[in-house]
Amino acid sequence: MAEITEALKNIIKPENIVSQKSSVLTNQTMHYCPGCSHGVIHKIIAEVINEMEIQEDTIGVAPVGCSVFAYNYIDIDWQEAAHGRAPALGTAINRLNPDKFVFTYQGDGDLAAIGTAETLHAVNRGENMVMVFVNNGIYGMTGGQMAPTTMQGQVTATTPYGRNIDLHGYPLKITEMLAQLPGACYVTRQSVETPAAVRKTKKAIRKAFENTKKKQGTSFVEVVSTCNSGWKMSPEASNNWMRDNMFPFYPIGDIKDGEKVNANDLPNVGK
Amino acid sequence: MAKIKGAVVVDSEECKGCNLCVVACPTQTLSLNRNVNGKGYNFSYMENPDSCIGCSNCSLVCPDSCITVYRVKTA
Amino acid sequence: MGELKLMKGNEVIAEAAIRCGCDGYFGYPITPQSEVMETLMNNRPWETTGMVVLQAESETASVNMLYGGAATGKRVMTSSSSPGISLMTEGLSYLAGAELPCLILNVQRGGPGLGTIQPSQADYFQCVKGGGHGDYKLIVLAPSSVQEMHDFVELGFDLAFKYRNPAMILSDGAIGQMMEKVELAPQKARWTDEEIQEISGSWATTGKTKDRKQNVVTSLELDSEQMEQNNLKFQAKYQEIQKNEVRYEAIDCEDADYIFVAYGSSARICQKSMQIAREKGYKVGILRPITLFPFPTEQIAALADKVKGFLTVELNAGQMVEDVRLSVNGKKPVEHFGRMGGIIPSPSEVVTALEQKVIGG
Repeated sequence: MAEITEALKNIIKPENIVSQKSSVLTNQTMHYCPGCSHGVIHKIIAEVINEMEIQEDTIGVAPVGCSVFAYNYIDIDWQEAAHGRAPALGTAINRLNPDKFVFTYQGDGDLAAIGTAETLHAVNRGENMVMVFVNNGIYGMTGGQMAPTTMQGQVTATTPYGRNIDLHGYPLKITEMLAQLPGACYVTRQSVETPAAVRKTKKAIRKAFENTKKKQGTSFVEVVSTCNSGWKMSPEASNNWMRDNMFPFYPIGDIKDGEKVNANDLPNVGK
Repeated sequence: MAKIKGAVVVDSEECKGCNLCVVACPTQTLSLNRNVNGKGYNFSYMENPDSCIGCSNCSLVCPDSCITVYRVKTA
Repeated sequence: MGELKLMKGNEVIAEAAIRCGCDGYFGYPITPQSEVMETLMNNRPWETTGMVVLQAESETASVNMLYGGAATGKRVMTSSSSPGISLMTEGLSYLAGAELPCLILNVQRGGPGLGTIQPSQADYFQCVKGGGHGDYKLIVLAPSSVQEMHDFVELGFDLAFKYRNPAMILSDGAIGQMMEKVELAPQKARWTDEEIQEISGSWATTGKTKDRKQNVVTSLELDSEQMEQNNLKFQAKYQEIQKNEVRYEAIDCEDADYIFVAYGSSARICQKSMQIAREKGYKVGILRPITLFPFPTEQIAALADKVKGFLTVELNAGQMVEDVRLSVNGKKPVEHFGRMGGIIPSPSEVVTALEQKVIGG
């Protein structure tokens, strides 16, 4: 290890800190594999909560999947949902506590397979909450099985010869689907594989929480992510694979940024 | 001309050696240590402390929030 | 005397929910209980008490909305009928595992499968014994009148919060659809934020303030030792409920040689059957469990020392009869009579069954 020189000592002082662990993160070591995207996304959410000073008013809903223990890491009140049901929990929390900031944190299996109905209807109602969707194209926690978002040809534990569309169906672009719904005010797809991408994702999640503050409807932030254990690659190779293979199919950027549909712009047969 | 100097402190026990900070570092300051921490990971450390510019790229991509970044402007 | 009205069982549930200060109702239409949500929507309680009423996309969603709402310390309820309750059982297991107080109404219809829309009591096993996965129990109240439908809404909430456990009103299509005179309770205010803090602040997700640790509502515990401890805590709670909360009605049991054990609409039929039987010279009484969990085990055991036999009358193939047999523990014969598929037996059918299965047997 390099020696701590006098010069370094002069730099390493509290007043010179430009980046440190968010105070909204707990001291627990995350159980995630080395290089897992979840850690970065947790950190971003914690930083946004800290910067908006809404720790006392934020209620998170954790999913079933690798991020089932999200409540161990972000120091706010949490509810643990059954697999796929987080948007239903979020709906009730929001309806009964309209002044709170509610967000769900869900993986691709949770949000885009077993919880599709709850997801779609929560967004369609325009529930005033944030939905963070972590899409790594695989079921991480159960050991790397096919997810709805698994790419064609991608090898998983249940597609050992690669995803065959005739056998397994098409990869689901649920984010594009949800962007069609009138209740969504903001739908974006981001990633966290580079410093620039992390900054953009943080901006997106900040905007999503700001939308909640303004009671704009549902804000949906997909984060295309890696699962290096499930993909059986190093974290760095996973990032490269994601960039080469997932980004062309799941392009990064805003899909919808505006307002939910104004009821007056829809036919109203009751008038 | 003012010079920017930085320093990185890695919580070596929290670090899982994923190497993402090493990849993200624009000045080749960081590297994985040949030694391992209590969890058995080759933790990240400043191999070339003089080159650090305190840009925070490493901490931005760190999934385990185990990097603190310091920066000073020197005359 | 409170306000008197002639109302349907399902409608009075809605009225009672609003009046007892319920915070939220989340439901999905299904016959024969759709009047609950229809009445709520018609009454627009969000304009008066601030109660939230939401039609969900499925029973799966509505029971999970119950979870979300209950976990913030609010008094929330849902209602459904048998097939819908099947869909909800996943959520009921989670609610019980996370110890969330809430109220579920099941207006039973005949099954299995899509079955029929006529009255039934075939969900006894499902609702009283669990239904979902894991060792858990719901507090189960069985109304036999429209008045009890009304009264058990507030009672259900009270018990749910007293024990931090989901409570169910196990009704059926007959009680839900019939009209009777009912005395309505006066309007109560919903709980304030301060009251919620006082009642549920130690566990509810009301927002983590600086002076306390985070509250996490979950049923997950991967440490087996701790998960067993959690289960032991649940079991101790269920024993406490069994000890304190048994409710039943004993009708003319003092001199009885034979006992009808029946709940809900079956118990009403048995009242007429008892009259016919007594006219025939059989000394018959009725033991009507009002709580199905906790079950009036001791009361039935005590009767077993005095009477000659029991007939359970249920709208099913024989479910509660198992609990009656366990209570009687072989001391006296316990037989079952039931109709299925939505058929309600006539009082004389019940008497014939008593004669053939118990008295003659």
